[in-house]
Amino acid sequence: MYIVLSMVGAILGGGMSFLIRLELMDPGLQLLHDQQFYNVLVTAHGFLMVFFVVMPAMIGGFGNWFVPLMIGAPDMAFPRMNNISFWLLAAAILLMVIAAFTQGGPGTGWFITTIFNMRAPGLTMHRMPLFVWAILVTAFLLLLAIPVLAGALTMLLTDRNFGTAFFKVAQGGDPILWQHLFWFFGHPEVYIIIIPAFGIISQVVSTFSKKPVFGYLGMAYAMVSIGFIGFIVWAHHMYTVGLNVDTRAYFIAATMVIAVPTGIKIFSWLATMWGGSIEFKTPMLFAIGFIWLFVMGGVTGVALANSGLDLAFHDTYFVVAHFHYVMAIAAVFGMFAAFYYWIGKMCGRQYSEVLGQIHFWLFFVGVNVLFFPQHFLGMAGMPRRIADYPDVYHGWNYISSIGSYITTGATLFFFFIVWRTFTAGEKAAANPWGEGATTLEWSVASPAPFHTHEDLPDMTGTQPAE
Amino acid sequence: MLKTMRFLAPAAALGGVFTARDALAGQGLPKPWQMWFQEPASPVMERIMEFHDLVFAIEVAIVLLVLGIMAYIVVRFNHKANPAPSKNTHNTLLEVIWTVIPIIILVVIAVPSFKLLYFADKIEKADMTLKVIGNQWFWSYTYPDQGDIQFDSIIVAAEDLKPGQPRLLTVDNKVVLPVDTNIRLLFTSNDVIHNWAVPAFGLKLDASPGRINESWVRITSEGDYFGMCSELCGVNHAFMPVHVQAVSKAKFAEWAAAQKKAAAGGRNDKFKVVQAEKPAR
Repeated sequence: MYIVLSMVGAILGGGMSFLIRLELMDPGLQLLHDQQFYNVLVTAHGFLMVFFVVMPAMIGGFGNWFVPLMIGAPDMAFPRMNNISFWLLAAAILLMVIAAFTQGGPGTGWFITTIFNMRAPGLTMHRMPLFVWAILVTAFLLLLAIPVLAGALTMLLTDRNFGTAFFKVAQGGDPILWQHLFWFFGHPEVYIIIIPAFGIISQVVSTFSKKPVFGYLGMAYAMVSIGFIGFIVWAHHMYTVGLNVDTRAYFIAATMVIAVPTGIKIFSWLATMWGGSIEFKTPMLFAIGFIWLFVMGGVTGVALANSGLDLAFHDTYFVVAHFHYVMAIAAVFGMFAAFYYWIGKMCGRQYSEVLGQIHFWLFFVGVNVLFFPQHFLGMAGMPRRIADYPDVYHGWNYISSIGSYITTGATLFFFFIVWRTFTAGEKAAANPWGEGATTLEWSVASPAPFHTHEDLPDMTGTQPAE
Repeated sequence: MLKTMRFLAPAAALGGVFTARDALAGQGLPKPWQMWFQEPASPVMERIMEFHDLVFAIEVAIVLLVLGIMAYIVVRFNHKANPAPSKNTHNTLLEVIWTVIPIIILVVIAVPSFKLLYFADKIEKADMTLKVIGNQWFWSYTYPDQGDIQFDSIIVAAEDLKPGQPRLLTVDNKVVLPVDTNIRLLFTSNDVIHNWAVPAFGLKLDASPGRINESWVRITSEGDYFGMCSELCGVNHAFMPVHVQAVSKAKFAEWAAAQKKAAAGGRNDKFKVVQAEKPAR
């Protein structure tokens, strides 16, 4: 259900981004004659994609389904709360579309309970599949970051409606406080989005290389340390706010440190593939695509980490290109990989391999044509969040919009594949991937029954033995 | 103006870009299809570009390395070329190497980065000061060292442009500044957070209500430099450009004297001291 919701969100959010690119294709205001509406669109696109597409699909959809399966528990702890959070989310998306403003996101503390308390005997922490680790780290991040957002939003609401003055200068407040609070939530939030994708990619890469994940402990603790550092780098979004110069120096250093665990992850994936016997099925293609996007977005991130360079890049399209590569599109690739990887397990029918691969290539070319030219626009100085731009920026904007046509087409094609899978897909075996798929979910039938693992599986002595 | 039909006529639309070249291109203004920074016009921007060359070289090397490894893996370790997978999952030396080398690279980046950061931060001895005040949606400027010249700088609507004036970047009153002078810049705002940015100067700083931010610039060559508001500030965020005209010191003194005289003689209808009404857009 989460995944269906997330598809609805994707249609809305994706449609909005398509509108945005249509508007930006040529200079001058064509489609949207009201710049306020453009601003609303950009905001709503971001909110929808983050809260209603990526988070429900990754955490709600794949997390809810496969964490219990992979650790050998019958279902999540607190199933009723789980249920209500879905309906809250569904209500929130409605409100959001109506008002284009909301506060949302599933509360996920119970993942921690599930993972700590409901593991099968012998499945020690150091034997858990990396996807479970990823969800665990993510749940901690959510638990710590969401209250800050909720608090900040409450302060904003009382400011706007009840006459308080947390952020209003005229009454002694300070908008910079809002920025601090927002980014204290906002930076961990990007890891909330990408860390489940890390987990998915690790599973997929390992399965299709027919090898266990290389450097398992390093991978798990890389995620933990990325999650931790993610909390102490928030002001790198605020280099041009006018912060004290020594403060900026600290945030440069802290931010660059993130590159180290990230590098460990990239090289470990490559090392997992190294020496493997790789089958390039659709999930694997998306996983490799993910690594490419993540490396691209990662190196531009190292550039942006430097406050000095940020003087040139801040609030330009360079940043737009960076975060779409490293987090947004990379997360979407993670979701597609997860979809193709697990769809057989979830609905009992397998997708069409040919169609899946066509989808991958269309989508991969589309997003690169869409976002790569935005690096050039940013370096040439085009600011983000503008509905109309000076004529000199026309060329690359035009190319970028063409990329968005391709991407939209590829996404429509994906919905066609989903429909084909449900109506004409072949029956999926319990384990369609062969010897490489070693995690517990492949030991139950496809589709997975309602309550799985009622007899606890014994995991002593299997899985990566550390 | 442009019609929606243009989406359906890509060739026509692309053709339009090149005919509309303006006379000011090459000076503080990017060119069509530009893929790199604008020409630097301040020591800060020169250093930003120098530092970026280093970072960029590292970025390219990393991307090529990963790409190379991936290509090798795809060719050598696909299931046809290598039917029997190895079971190798550990190599402590390798893991130490790919932890330590990135750390070394980061240190290499960090040292010049900190130098640049402190260099760009502020200037100890300034020759003059310019105050910049953000408004929804225009900029106000004050020259405290030139007898408090004050004026607003408001965008010129597309239909009022003279030939050669770039659309969305042209203002009624441009900021005139002398070259080869250390200019201290002070930023604040009357309403919401704005951001004053001129890419050619490597300059970008928030104008924040209730705060005064400081930066500096030393313009190295005469010419016209353009920038745009770089912090979302409401509906007309895209329509509050910055236009700096850099002139010789002598010309600047002349200009300042003329402005002062005009203000004293009451002929200041061109440069309004009072808040201009919000531009109707």
